[in-house]
Amino acid sequence: MTLSSQTKNLLKAHEEVDAKIEPNAGWRDLPIGAVIPQGGTATQFATGDWRTIRPVWSKEKCINCHRCWLYCPDMSWISEDGRIQGVDLTYCKGCGICANVCPTKVHAIEMHPEDDFKEDEAAKEGGK
Amino acid sequence: MALPDLAKKPQRFTGGHRACAGCGFPITIKIILQAAENPVVVGCATGCMEVTSTIYPYTAWRCSFIHTAFENAAATVSGIEAAYRSLRRQGKIQQDIDFIAFGGDGGTYDIGLQSLSGAMERGHKLVYVCYNNQGYMNTGIQRSSATPRGANTTTTPAGTQLPGKPQHPKDLTAIMAAHDIPYAAQASMSHWNDLYRKAKKAFAVDGPAFLNVLSTCRLGWATAPEDTVDAAEGAVQCNVWPLYEVEQGKWKLTFKPKKPLPVADWMKQQGRFKHLFRADNSQLLESIQQQVDENWQRLLERCGE
Repeated sequence: MTLSSQTKNLLKAHEEVDAKIEPNAGWRDLPIGAVIPQGGTATQFATGDWRTIRPVWSKEKCINCHRCWLYCPDMSWISEDGRIQGVDLTYCKGCGICANVCPTKVHAIEMHPEDDFKEDEAAKEGGK
Repeated sequence: MALPDLAKKPQRFTGGHRACAGCGFPITIKIILQAAENPVVVGCATGCMEVTSTIYPYTAWRCSFIHTAFENAAATVSGIEAAYRSLRRQGKIQQDIDFIAFGGDGGTYDIGLQSLSGAMERGHKLVYVCYNNQGYMNTGIQRSSATPRGANTTTTPAGTQLPGKPQHPKDLTAIMAAHDIPYAAQASMSHWNDLYRKAKKAFAVDGPAFLNVLSTCRLGWATAPEDTVDAAEGAVQCNVWPLYEVEQGKWKLTFKPKKPLPVADWMKQQGRFKHLFRADNSQLLESIQQQVDENWQRLLERCGE
């Protein structure tokens, strides 16, 4: 799974917050006023398992127009120094907007059923 | 601004929020927050945006954020802005800060209208953004005063007695412009460049600004998740949702469709208008088109086109 350096840093920073607010914390352990002491903690919550279809990106075809980056509701397209690096599947819910807004002539993103990747992933896990 | 350059700026709204696959408002938030140059303080009325982005102890916001009740996002952010001005006068804060209030159309057109009107009239330097998905989508798709005529909702169910919502939506952008605020605009998440430019202007004015941004709700509109951007684009192309701005009382059209599409073309994409294509509703469909045409003519006159 590809993670941008930005996401990695965020995840690291949020380990601290996680220590402060345990999922099973009692009410006495929580900050007063339901304050969340640090921003962006949603990055700890992977919404990628909602996905039934997966965007597959072709680096060769991509013209870096960034329409996928712009119209992705889940901030899943990774851009570094103005170039698309790929999709971060941690949060991708598989809505398919990216494939739809990718210019028709370019067609750098295709949606494939998740089932197509099951064998690959099982093989990868078996190899570990 | 080119998109690859816009992407170089760190984002202040993260993934991991629990909005539906293909939701429109995260796109609206993204474009508006990328336009802000200063640190931002966000106040958010109850609604999908607040519920899905701040499920405790998670938050998708990487900026100061406060959740308020349905009716008082504008009042809360007014208070924050007034406190900021006081602290600044006392020399306790030097930093420029942008203040944003977000509300859905339910929290803006209906429930929060009084506090919004008050904040605009008092002249607070804040940007109020209505992410307009044309209904109370978070509570299960009820009609709001932004819901288009003919739309099927759970409180205006299309059936033998009723062909969907009987009334036309009210023109909130014009109501806000009538407050004589320095900047009021209507935009759509499908036209990012237009929205980005309007957000920049809204942050720049010295006083209140109002943005009414069409943001598709794929659940309430009954569209396919991948069609979110197309559905908003369609509303602009058929003049249901014209893009314009009112700057210091001067009305200006910011986008004119080359050849406006029939409203039916936009409605066909959406399940909520399915019943309008039955033979017994053809008159209603015509009447909706007529109303849209009249509104468009009135807008052209206002904009001196």
